[in-house]
This record gives sequence, structure tokens and C-alpha cells, in this order.
Amino acid sequence: MNIVVLVKQVPDTYSERKLSSGDHTLDRDATDAVLDEIDERAVESALQLKEANDGSEVTVVAMGPDRATDAIRKALSMGADKAVHLSDEAIHGTDAIGTAKALVKVLGTLEGTDLVLAGNEASDGRTGAVPAMVAELLGLPSLTHARELTVDGGTVTVRRETDDGVTVLTAELPAVVSVNEKINEPRYPSFKGIMAAKKKPVTTLTLADAGIEPSDVGLSAAWSTVTESNPKPPKSGGEKVEDEGDGGSKIAAFLVGQKLI
Amino acid sequence: MAEVLVLVDHLDGEIKKSTFELLTAARALGEPSAVVVGPAGTAGKLSEGLKAYGAAKVYVAETDSADFLTPQVEVLAALVGSKDPAAVLIGVSADGKEIAGRLAVKTDSALLGDVVAVGAESATHSVFGGAFVAEAKWNTAHPVITLRPGSVEVENAEGAAVEETVEVPSGAGRSAQVQSREPVTGGDRPELTEASVIVSGGRGVGSAEQFSVVEGLADSLGAAVGASRAAVDSGFYPHQFQVGQTGKTVSPQLYIALGISGAIQHRAGMQTSKTIIAVNKDPEAPIFEIADFGVVGDLFKVAPQLQEEVAKRKG
Ligand SMILES: Cc1cc2nc3c(=O)[nH]c(=O)nc-3n(C[C@H](O)[C@H](O)[C@H](O)COP(=O)(O)OP(=O)(O)OC[C@H]3O[C@@H](n4cnc5c(N)ncnc54)[C@H](O)[C@@H]3O)c2cc1C
Ligand SMILES: Nc1ncnc2c1ncn2[C@@H]1O[C@H](COP(=O)(O)O)[C@@H](O)[C@H]1O
Repeated sequence: MNIVVLVKQVPDTYSERKLSSGDHTLDRDATDAVLDEIDERAVESALQLKEANDGSEVTVVAMGPDRATDAIRKALSMGADKAVHLSDEAIHGTDAIGTAKALVKVLGTLEGTDLVLAGNEASDGRTGAVPAMVAELLGLPSLTHARELTVDGGTVTVRRETDDGVTVLTAELPAVVSVNEKINEPRYPSFKGIMAAKKKPVTTLTLADAGIEPSDVGLSAAWSTVTESNPKPPKSGGEKVEDEGDGGSKIAAFLVGQKLI
Repeated sequence: MAEVLVLVDHLDGEIKKSTFELLTAARALGEPSAVVVGPAGTAGKLSEGLKAYGAAKVYVAETDSADFLTPQVEVLAALVGSKDPAAVLIGVSADGKEIAGRLAVKTDSALLGDVVAVGAESATHSVFGGAFVAEAKWNTAHPVITLRPGSVEVENAEGAAVEETVEVPSGAGRSAQVQSREPVTGGDRPELTEASVIVSGGRGVGSAEQFSVVEGLADSLGAAVGASRAAVDSGFYPHQFQVGQTGKTVSPQLYIALGISGAIQHRAGMQTSKTIIAVNKDPEAPIFEIADFGVVGDLFKVAPQLQEEVAKRKG
């Protein structure tokens, strides 16, 4: 089985994230960048499928600036076989639709893909739209928010778990699947894995290589434009008291004072 | 006046509150047209509610197809083509986001996801858990906009709710097939995203059984129950109650955090709450940095006492 995993490098959620004051895009220099935690889980799912299906291959695909190679290396050191990196100055500021369209072009450079895996929602934007858009553009079934994923012969089955409930979905391959944060615990790269990753092939594509029109990506192509952004002053703490056997009563008194009870 | 398509979210013959919010928000852009997609017999049960919240038209697309979300995408795409609406409004939920994304690429429209307010030419996003507010405008006709539940105050308005039956085109591509569905049923407590008071428990609650302390306090306040990811991952509470970056974003009048440290990803989902109360054993817990009132102490002592006080006041 040929599995492609879409991975994204995102600002570390443990650090404070900002919008840049110039063009209101995510200020990627202000924060540490990591392979998105949700995409680590997508890679883990791919590796588990590979282990269960002899002769499978896992390719990671990332679109992002040069330093996204770190995220790619992480996926390779976990055990993915090879990678394709769409890297071009012109992609700065590309929105979800542009991203999906560009990723579809990159997927077009790969042959015989049976399964496209992705995270259900990147931690940098809460868009959660790219995997379904990719499926729509490719005319493939979209099985999103997988809590469980099985492939049996040519059929993929997903237990889709969301706030609204559980839906069991099936489709014939090829298909697009996105995983949720409860699907698995991603493995840590081993020392051997980290060494091996240095030798694994990474194909870097420019827009031209992937056949993407520069006018279809970037800030200027965006289907929507952020015109203004403002930080909201962070909430500051108020009173803090030690419980001396009356903590509950003190909260009650505070709430009464605020007319909340 | 231009039409604004509103996708109706419904379950068991009931319209979700988020749909009334969409119908209210749609009026900033034009005249709301409700779009109902569901099995045969669905629309009849919903028409009264749609009328009461200002739907001028109701497009009815009834189908028993097992194609997952494709009927919604195809019906909306066909209506975008034939009615040239000012915008399409969809509620934020897993399904809503997916329908919106697929519709946007299919109709080559701008996608404005997870907005908290809609204007005539732009929409407002609240990003990074409310740390930034951003205004975005669309550069295409008929933008697809998803609205975060709980961001708009619902207003009644009488609508004509004229019904029109529409076809359900079959999609161009292949669709996932629905084998079974188990919707989450609300229970007796208010919905997290709609509640004005939320009591949440974290890893400090210690076990699933002990979550009864959180539930007890919540019930005395008529509140919804929430949980941190650590509490959910430890199996203390079901995942649909998770608050935070990868859970629900909430903004109630009152948020009470019990045994929650206040990691940045948790705060991202609740820091815009009007008033925050925290109970934590650790005086250094970061939750205190944003709490209006904090008690350093054992939640198993403090929460029941608070519950008693609340009960007393109710008499
Ligand atoms: C990409 C990503 C996304 C994430 N998304 C989310 C998310 O959506 N929501 C979320 O919540 N987290 C999320 N997290 C996890 C987050 O980083 C924290 O691990 C999590 O919020 C911690 O939960 P907690 O506060 O319950 O547990 P802990 O951090 O373990 O805190 C437990 C607290 O309970 C206190 N305590 C213990 N016993 C008692 C007692 N008897 N009385 C009073 N206090 C007591 C302790 O002092 C401690 O402060 C995410 C992490 C990542 C990396
Ligand atoms: N720039 C990108 N490069 C590769 N994959 C991406 C990119 N953007 C989004 N994805 C994939 O789509 C998923 C959901 O992202 P999003 O729709 O941005 O929330 C991610 O977890 C990735 O799997």
C-alpha cells in the first residue's frame, strides 16, 4: 500500500503565538516551530498500517518554508520512507483553499497513492478544512476525524468521533483520511531512526516543479484577506486566597458580590 | 435583497440553537434562506422554527443517501449556482467545517472559518484562544462562512418560510458511506458552548467516580460540565466535554476550574470567559494568572462547600 501523510510545521503551542503586524499572517519567527502533534499521530497511523501490510511505503508531503525540513526529518526519523517538500518563497500567506490546491498538485507528482492521511485540524489555525478540501478536489471519499482506522483489502473503515457523536464510515481506496488526537500515541524516534532519516530521500519542489501557478498561491491570491488584527489585552489575575476551611464560602461571597449567584 | 443561504443543523426533528444564530447573523448580509438536507419527512418538523427565526425561504432537499456529507455539499453548491446568494452560512462543528471546506473549493468561494461576527463585507475571527481579534474580508462572490456557536445573540423575526423542493445532485466524485451513526444525546445539562456557567474538572479530580464532585457543583449552578484534556485522556470524562485548543472554545459568564493547572492549550479554550474561578492545591498553578478569584486548596473540600452555599442561597 502506498500511503502519503500530509504534515505541517506549526508554531509550538507551548510558546506564545502572534500575528505579525505587517501582513497579519502568523508570525512564524516569533515562535519555535515543530511538527504538528496531530500530524505525528497521522504518521504513527501510517507506520502502523505499513507494519501490518508488507510492501507498503510511507511518503510524507509538506508545504512550507525551508525550515519545515525539520518537521519532515522528524517524520522520517519516526520511520517514514521518503518525503516531498514544496518550498517556495511565493507560498507565504497561502490560505486553506490555496494550500489544498497546491497539495493536490504535489500529490499529482506521486504515483499509485492508495491512502492520503492527514491530521484533522492543525494547531495553528483551527481551520480543519484542508483534508476534506483535498478529497473534494481529487474526487476521493473523505473520512475525517478518525478515532480508529482499519484497512482490509481495498476497503478503509473509520470510526469518526466528534463532539456530535460517532459515525462509522467506509470507502474503497484510494481515499483521504484525517485522524483525531485520540487515535494513538505517536512513537518517539529511536537513535537508529534519527541516523537513518539523514539518508532518506527528500525531494524539494518549487511551484514550477509541481506545476502550480504562482498566482494561485500566496497572500495576493488569497480568497480572503485579513485587513486588521489586534492583540487583546491578556486577562489578569484577581484575588487569590488560601483555603482555611472557608474556601467554598469565600467563592460564594465573591459570586454574590459579582451578582453571579 | 440578496439571499443568504443558511444550512440548517438538526437532530431528531429538532433545530439546533446554532442554526437560529446563523439565521440572526445572516440578516446583516441579506435575506436568510434556510437549507434543509435530511431524510424524507425532515422539513415538516422544522418549518415552524425556521419561520420564527426569520427564514424567508426554506429549500427542502430530502434524500436517504448514505453518502457522507455529499448531499449537503451538492445541494448548497447547486443553490450557489442558481441563486447567486450573498453568502453561505454554516455553523462550526466537525460536519459544518467539512461541508464548508468542500463547498468552498467546489464553488471557488472564499472560506472564512470559525468567525465570531459577520458584517456586510467582512467577518471577525478570534484567534489563538482569543489572544488576537482579526477582521477579514472576502475577495470572491458568495463566501462560505462558518460561525462559532454562542457568538451571536439570537433574535426572533417572523419569516415567510416559503418552501421550495430542490433536487439532490449526486456528487462528481466518490463518497464515504455511512454504516452507522450514534449521535451524542445532550443529557439534562446545558450544552457546553451555550451554557452561561461551566464547571470544569482536570486531572486533579483523580478519577471518573470523583467527577461527581464536579457534576454536583455544576448541577447546583445549572451549569454545564467541562474537562481538561488530561482528565479526558485519563478516562475521567467523555471527550466531547474537553475544553481547550483541541476541544471546545467556550466563553461563559462564569467558568469554574477545579484541579486544572491552566496549561496554555486549556486556557486557549476558556480565557475569554467573563469571570474565572480556580481551585487548585498548587499556589503556582498558571490558572491563577487569569482567575478573577482563586482558592489555593483541596477541591474535594472547597467544591462541596461552595455547592452547599449555592443550595442555601437558592433556599
Ligand atoms: C497540541 C496540544 C493540544 C492540547 N489541547 C488541549 C485542550 O484542548 N485542552 C486541554 O485541557 N489541554 C490540552 N492540551 C494539554 C495541556 O498541555 C495540558 O497537558 C492539560 O491541559 C493539563 O490538564 P490538567 O490541568 O487537568 O492536568 P495537570 O496539568 O496535571 O494539572 C492538574 C492540577 O490539579 C491540581 N490538583 C491535584 N489534586 C488536587 C486537589 N485535590 N485539589 C485541587 N487541585 C488539585 C494540581 O495542582 C495540578 O495543578 C494540549 C496539548 C497539546 C500539546
Ligand atoms: N502546509 C501544509 N503542508 C502539508 N500538510 C498540510 C498543510 N496544511 C494542512 N495540512 C494537512 O491538513 C491537516 C489539517 O490542517 P488544517 O486544515 O490547516 O487545520 C494537517 O494536520 C495536515 O495533515
